[in-house]
Amino acid sequence: MLGESGHYGGRLVISERTEPKTLNPLTALDGTSRDIIGLISADLIHINRSSLGTEAALAKSWEMSPDGRRYTLRLRRGVRFSDGHPFDADDVVFTFEAYLDERLHSPQRELLIISGKPLRVQKLDAYTVRFELPQPYAAAERLFDSIAILPCRLLKPLYKEGKLADAWGLNTPPEQIAGLGPFRVKEYVSGQRIVLESNPYYWKIDQHGNRLPYLREIVCLLISNPDAETMRFEAGETDVISRLSAAGYSTLEKYENARGFRLYDIGPGLEYDFLFFNVNDLVSRPLGSITYKQTWFRQLAFRRAISMAIDREAIVRLVYQGRARAMWSHVTPGNKLWVNQEIPTGLHDATGARGILRNAGFFWRSDGRLIDPARKPVEFSILHNAGNVQQMQMATMIQADLKEIGIEAHAVPLEFRSMLDRIFKTYEYEAAIMALADGDADPNVEMNVWVSDGGTHVWDLTPKRKLEPWQEEVDRLMNEQLVTLDYPSRKRLYDRVQRLIWENLPVICLVGPDILVGAKKRIGNFHPAILRNHTLWNSEQLFLRQIQ
Amino acid sequence: MFLRATPRIVLPALVGLHLVVLLAGFFAPYDFASQNRMLPFAPPTRIHIIDSQGKLHARPFIYQWKATAEGVPQYKEDHSAVFPIRFFVSVPRYEIVGIVGFRWRLFGVETPARIFLLGSDAYGRDQLSRLLYGGQISLFAGPLATVISLSLGILLGATAGYYGSWIDEVLMRFAEVFLALPWLYLLFAVRAFLPMHAGPNQIFILLIVVIGVIGWARPARLIRGIALSAREREYVLAAKSFGASDAYILRRHILPQVSGVALTQAALLIPRYVLAEVTLSFLGLGVAEPAPSWGNMLAALQHYEIIGSYWWMSLPALALIPVFLAYYSLLAYYTVQDSSISEAIWKHREGFRPI
Repeated sequence: MLGESGHYGGRLVISERTEPKTLNPLTALDGTSRDIIGLISADLIHINRSSLGTEAALAKSWEMSPDGRRYTLRLRRGVRFSDGHPFDADDVVFTFEAYLDERLHSPQRELLIISGKPLRVQKLDAYTVRFELPQPYAAAERLFDSIAILPCRLLKPLYKEGKLADAWGLNTPPEQIAGLGPFRVKEYVSGQRIVLESNPYYWKIDQHGNRLPYLREIVCLLISNPDAETMRFEAGETDVISRLSAAGYSTLEKYENARGFRLYDIGPGLEYDFLFFNVNDLVSRPLGSITYKQTWFRQLAFRRAISMAIDREAIVRLVYQGRARAMWSHVTPGNKLWVNQEIPTGLHDATGARGILRNAGFFWRSDGRLIDPARKPVEFSILHNAGNVQQMQMATMIQADLKEIGIEAHAVPLEFRSMLDRIFKTYEYEAAIMALADGDADPNVEMNVWVSDGGTHVWDLTPKRKLEPWQEEVDRLMNEQLVTLDYPSRKRLYDRVQRLIWENLPVICLVGPDILVGAKKRIGNFHPAILRNHTLWNSEQLFLRQIQ
Repeated sequence: MFLRATPRIVLPALVGLHLVVLLAGFFAPYDFASQNRMLPFAPPTRIHIIDSQGKLHARPFIYQWKATAEGVPQYKEDHSAVFPIRFFVSVPRYEIVGIVGFRWRLFGVETPARIFLLGSDAYGRDQLSRLLYGGQISLFAGPLATVISLSLGILLGATAGYYGSWIDEVLMRFAEVFLALPWLYLLFAVRAFLPMHAGPNQIFILLIVVIGVIGWARPARLIRGIALSAREREYVLAAKSFGASDAYILRRHILPQVSGVALTQAALLIPRYVLAEVTLSFLGLGVAEPAPSWGNMLAALQHYEIIGSYWWMSLPALALIPVFLAYYSLLAYYTVQDSSISEAIWKHREGFRPI
């Protein structure tokens, strides 16, 4: 928590690839909006992006009742919003009321509903609030992270009029926006930049009692093209670059010393790329050819052969220039608290893959094409996001790998939204490459992916008639870890989930890319982290060293 | 002087280029899709005759590239072994244009060495082989689409010009709509309706049809003008009064006059259509990976690090320059010679000669 003590002043220039859609913490969905909101707001209990542990924020301390269902939070006194108005328990109660309101469709609402029942909040006095959970919930204090506390005085009138969802858009005058974060909005120029200035009422202090933040201003430029983003960082126009591609990293590496910046490869983050097959129940849909191919996709032997045929190390080397880690189950090596170290790392083995297919009744035609037991050639298409270069390269490599074992795979680049449409709505695809990234390292955020009726159970979203035994076990384990309170038992349960995913391959995990960022050397206290916001998570402590 | 010699030099050169591309399987050392995953972005292989000990070799040879850095593609020559370049190497059977089976390639080196005369791409695929195979798509898209455009143009233009009245009105207003639309955006729009997932052959045919059909309007207008003036000529009127049918007059008196315009239009349209294919593939709407086309090869240059670090990736763009030069010199020649060409054609015909 304690960094080097800095000095005041200076302007930090950063960049984002898309414009923020809103500054309203309740409705923000996209990454840019969340990044900016992260700088201008604060939560009750915060997850430290570096240690991944929880730390006191607006709540200076908290207590859990022995049954794990009741949390009592004591709030900091004397804290003020960025417009100078004081903060107290009323703001907290109002905030949770708003987040839980169905009509506002807040994306965080889902996290605050535990087995169908909302979390209940109660004001005990002006600086004490109590939260009641419908059932014991593992690591419940992590729920409070990123729930931005809203000013009751400013927003309650709008809430009563039913206008809260539209509040705090980009055109709202800055003086009508107030938060508890280290910065506040100063200016927004559509399509160009958003300027934040230091919040004079911010509540954190450094070890010498000086009020944070150190920086006077943060300017966020909107640079939509990743190459342009790299070039402008190289030219010194921006001070920090988040989300560098591996290729961009090696380009910038050449100038690292000459241009006064430093690049950081902090190892794999929480994001992972994976290949999956469409095994949705398509009985009522006119998608005959896909239904036929599902007889292959549903065979474990088939998926295992595909997984074995893919040369993950080559993907790491060619697509990520070594700056990624090959993966065989879904938890990245970056998630040190939860990864199951016992999962065997497989090997690329085309001969082994052929053996598995032969045992499953497949055979090869004289021209080398793989034929299924019903004498049909094996062929399918792989969707990928046309805007994502890495996924395009992965698809091309997988195509070549599968050709080795006689499978004709077609890579189909699609614009991201129409790809999501096919995966989530029409189920009109055969296989796809996707990436998932979590906001937290805790298994609870993965619930919707692995539980069979979860909203991100991408490979099979239709209602199930009968579950396979391993899927039943995953459901049971995931729900059990949710209500287990101690870490070692939860870890045991989640280790088993990882092993089941590794054994049954509902998705074929490929690689976990490293988090690559860069920053000028003169930025003090710069410690990039694997959780988003990778670079500015400790924005209040960042400062610019004076140049001698 | 130069102009007169143009077709004698340029035409054989163009035919030669197309033949080389058509026989890509023979001239290319490798298959376009074969990946060498230990050799991404290998620079062009250097050909030596003097080895690192200063010894002269009778047969040119190469050294293997050896990676010098982890991750980032950086190579130096591995002097421990020489790999002589061999000609007419025997390889597993491959097919030329999907018809003729063949077992030889013009040159190659023994494995594990690889010869990349124009370097390799992100997957370690030989750029020369991809350039040659890619030419099959890019170079042939031009002439084939031009045949479609000109056939449609001649048919509709001559019909409009000869019959006049409402047929002319309808066809020409329709042509104006096509001319008014920016063709690139029109191509995008049409391409968007077509299936995303199709084999390279289907995509190639689709591309040709789309490009060819969209381009019919300009030749049609020019040909209409010729037909319009020709039908008023005395010899046409005379033929009519003798009872000649419309089909006879079109075939005998009107279409022969069109050849000059058709040739200049062809010389103008072919390079433009080559570029249209390259543009569509560059933007990811053409043939899909791993099949190469000059456009999707150039697409790699959209990335800063590639354009900055690996110059050989831009060679397909250089290959376009002589192709354009050849077609445009033909265009210049035919434009100047337009009248003399139609004359030359008439010289060999008997009977009437239009004035």
